Amino acid sequence: MPHSVSPVTEASPPPAIEMDEPAVADTAQQPIGDDIAMTDAVAIADAPQAEEVVEDRDAEKGEKKETSGIKLEDLFTGDSDEDDEFPNAPAKKEAANSPNEPSSPSEFDFDPSELTASDPALLRSFYQRLFPWRYLFQWLNHSPTPTLDFEHREFVFTLPNEAWMRYQSYRSSDLLRKDVLRLMPTRIDIGPVYSTNPRERKMLQNVAGFRPLSKELCFDIDLTDYDDIRTCCDKANICNKCWQFMTMAVKVITAVLRDDFGFKHIMWVYSGRRGIHAWVSDRTARNMDDSKRRVIAGYLEVITGGAQSGKRVNLRRPLHPHLVRSLDILKGHFQEDVLEAQDPWRSSDRAEKLLQLLPDISLRDTLRKKWDSSPGRSSSSKWADIDAVAKTSAGKNFDAKALLEAKQDIVLEYTYPRLDINVSKKLNHLLKSPFVIHPGTGRVCVPIDTRKFEDFDPLSVPTLQSLIREIDAWVEPEVKAEKPVQDWEKTSLKPYIDYFRSYVNTLMKDERGVKVKRERDDEGDSMELW
Amino acid sequence: MIRQDFNRIDPKRRNTVDYRKKQFADPSYKETQYPHSLSFYAAPPTADITLEQFEQWAIDRLHVLAELEACSFRNKSSAETALHMKPLLDKYLPLDTNSSSSQVFAQRQKDHYSHFILRLAFCSTKDMRQRFSRVETMLFRLRFNADDTRERNAFIGSLNLDWETVSDEEKRQYAAELMATVVSSFGKKTHQSIDDETFCKIDWMRVPDLVESRKVFLRAGKAYVPSKEQQSLVVTEFTARLEKALELTARARPDLDEDDRLSPILDHLSKSFVAPDSKYAGDSAIEGAEITARNIDNLAQHFPMCMSHTHRTLRRDGHLKHFGRLQYTLFLKGIGLSLDECLTFWRQGLKKKTEDEFNKEYRYNVRHVYGDVGGDSNRRGGGYSPFSCQKILTEHAPGAGEAHGCPYRHFNMESLAGLLQASGVNDRAVLQGVKEDKDKQKFHLACNRVFEHVHRNELKRAKDDGVMTAAQLEMIVHPNEYFKRSFLLKNMGKVSQSQRDGGGGDVKIEE
Ligand SMILES: [Zn+2]
Repeated sequence: MPHSVSPVTEASPPPAIEMDEPAVADTAQQPIGDDIAMTDAVAIADAPQAEEVVEDRDAEKGEKKETSGIKLEDLFTGDSDEDDEFPNAPAKKEAANSPNEPSSPSEFDFDPSELTASDPALLRSFYQRLFPWRYLFQWLNHSPTPTLDFEHREFVFTLPNEAWMRYQSYRSSDLLRKDVLRLMPTRIDIGPVYSTNPRERKMLQNVAGFRPLSKELCFDIDLTDYDDIRTCCDKANICNKCWQFMTMAVKVITAVLRDDFGFKHIMWVYSGRRGIHAWVSDRTARNMDDSKRRVIAGYLEVITGGAQSGKRVNLRRPLHPHLVRSLDILKGHFQEDVLEAQDPWRSSDRAEKLLQLLPDISLRDTLRKKWDSSPGRSSSSKWADIDAVAKTSAGKNFDAKALLEAKQDIVLEYTYPRLDINVSKKLNHLLKSPFVIHPGTGRVCVPIDTRKFEDFDPLSVPTLQSLIREIDAWVEPEVKAEKPVQDWEKTSLKPYIDYFRSYVNTLMKDERGVKVKRERDDEGDSMELW
Repeated sequence: MIRQDFNRIDPKRRNTVDYRKKQFADPSYKETQYPHSLSFYAAPPTADITLEQFEQWAIDRLHVLAELEACSFRNKSSAETALHMKPLLDKYLPLDTNSSSSQVFAQRQKDHYSHFILRLAFCSTKDMRQRFSRVETMLFRLRFNADDTRERNAFIGSLNLDWETVSDEEKRQYAAELMATVVSSFGKKTHQSIDDETFCKIDWMRVPDLVESRKVFLRAGKAYVPSKEQQSLVVTEFTARLEKALELTARARPDLDEDDRLSPILDHLSKSFVAPDSKYAGDSAIEGAEITARNIDNLAQHFPMCMSHTHRTLRRDGHLKHFGRLQYTLFLKGIGLSLDECLTFWRQGLKKKTEDEFNKEYRYNVRHVYGDVGGDSNRRGGGYSPFSCQKILTEHAPGAGEAHGCPYRHFNMESLAGLLQASGVNDRAVLQGVKEDKDKQKFHLACNRVFEHVHRNELKRAKDDGVMTAAQLEMIVHPNEYFKRSFLLKNMGKVSQSQRDGGGGDVKIEE
């Protein structure tokens, strides 16, 4: 992320100074605590400057809008009446059906298939008629009525001209929706909940009064980090073969979060092109400070170093129970999705990489000879060769345990999730909102039901263009539904929004339980739970 | 002696104990019981002791703490420290297990009282409190590891640490997972069966380090901590509670100063909390070195950063503020500069001062430091001792315009890098290492790192030739030791063998 601020790790030596340079003496009075903090302060000050400019521009707009006043009903529309989710849609529908309208086959004056994903008209229809504002609000608010969890939450918009607006915040889902329609951002990011309203941060006398308090624990996995082991695609391209790496990652990480850390509310979201994000919404997870987030990141981290750094998995034995479980999950995938589907060691230079990961020199030499004599031997065969050769030609001093451990490390190196760990470590890291449109692919960033993750096909995720066509093509059934049909229900976005809604309902229910329990504890058990 | 709230001393109390009277007069102050050898020192002592005991017990404990601190400065491993400390602990602060001695009550009472007396002596400044809690934590850890397993478990059980012991049934259920977490650092299994180990269940956020490094089994948000790791938990808790208690003591301390018999003792105790390594024999003239006022500029190449910074500041400004002069004068005294030469040095160095001003304001101070004038004890003691790193690091942090202190601690990284580069240290890796040391507050390491870099060629030669003794390769914890080693290394071959062997007038680290 362009705005992720990482503390300066490398001290670039300042220019040498003269012996008599007074700077040394003058700055020598820094107390120790300040020294350390200062590095961070510098890093923060170095953060993109443009952002401030954009944000200033917006602050003015914000003020103007504030003076126009907020109607009380604006605060609650969309939150009290389920059918009022997309207030503009039914009106438009009505208009389209009225006899005065030209009997065009489309209710739009454009053909969606000819337009791109960033086309303002398409995007406006999407935000207006399909985007699940109400559930997004509930997801971030953890309650049906607005709380500070939502009101102090930062939204970040990327405008069509690439400008970036930080520190936007809203008192209701409808106000957020209206501002999005006004600004038409091509991308929406979600930041943390702050101690004060992000829009009012500059009115504070005390800078320390504005600090991030909570945010979902997030994970970001991107297929480009697998380029050294996937053979089917590279860079931004993906196919169903390499998508299996995401399936493996989701399984392993979900097990860690659920079984080990005890988190319940984990949502995976397709990032629209070649990756996935996870959002953990349990209250304890949201309230973790950076140090706690780093602990989880460290607990998960197995693959170290870059693609050029040799053996990237070096684990202590016996393996930690979570790694034993991960190996169990990954073993099958390794055979099918790596050895067979990716065939990563078919060529002899790629096979050399495998040989370098094996512990025994004579074993390596024997295997190298064998493979040189049968070019194009498959990775599955080569993997099987390792044990076969070790059994027949190993000397007395051959260390079978070392070989087994090396093979385990190799399985992990080729299957274990590769996380962009900085996203997880920082409480105030921004992450793209679910349900926005990826500007490159036009695909919606849909949440994925983990129970059916293996069936998920990123290439058939609905796109902005396809969705608008689907609304168009929808024919009202003979038997009318009792409730008016929402636009999103007419499209292939329906299963994703249904899933999101049920996920959010469970989250709110648990959150309510936590709250009631706490109140009850405060009152010394004098009140019944319900 | 000291009441339950530990902030008032009964001014009429006797110097000796009258058990019967005490017992019947105030039943709430009944004799403290000591069921365990280890203690979190939760309750202050209530029975009376004599003033002599008050002072002697405190001094004995101080002796132990100072030695422990010295071990940590010399980077001794925990095993080496335990070995080194054993005779001292037996002598000054023995602490036997329940069954092994008839002395347990007296031993534990002394341990209890001496801890609380030193709390009073060392609560006044933040630096002192930190230092005290650091060394007390070291002592606690040392004793915790040495304690009998059964008694240790009983002690842990008495702490009410909000832990849940993992039941045998649950242990069997997760036997494989738990076994994987109880291995020694050599990868060998320390236990044949999971039955030999006890685990406690605790919220994972309480043991972040163990979770991050995957040293514990984790299930549903609970970490299963094996007994060997429980040490770090107990120790963390000990430190946290002590730090809190010290803050409270600091707030209550002023009331205590009303007692004119205790204040001088406490005052004396806090002043004498100097680690043994900080005593530096002044008579350490190095053979072959010309230690004179006019040669100081030349010798400055062997100074550690703290002293070369003071020296440069003096040369640049023609002046140094009070603490800078004190720190630097003592250092010069330590390298063997005579009083006369030292007076010459300052007379020439303080360029802006007239002869008259110098004689009035500065001459006396220098002589005082050398023990040439002043009270009886000052003259008998030969004046002040050169400051150790510990003292420079923790006392009198420099303020605006002051040039004393430790650059590794008191400079920001940018200024420090500037100073190092001005001194010819340009190696990126070294600067990066210094930054990391500084970030971790390992200022000794940073200074030693620079020493090793600056003297890398000589050190290599000395090691190859086998002319360095083990003592000479230990961590430097005193600016004068830095100078001495630097001078000897750079003049190898020119200096007599006896100097290098640490004989003759060598730097003496008092034991
Ligand atoms: Zn692919």
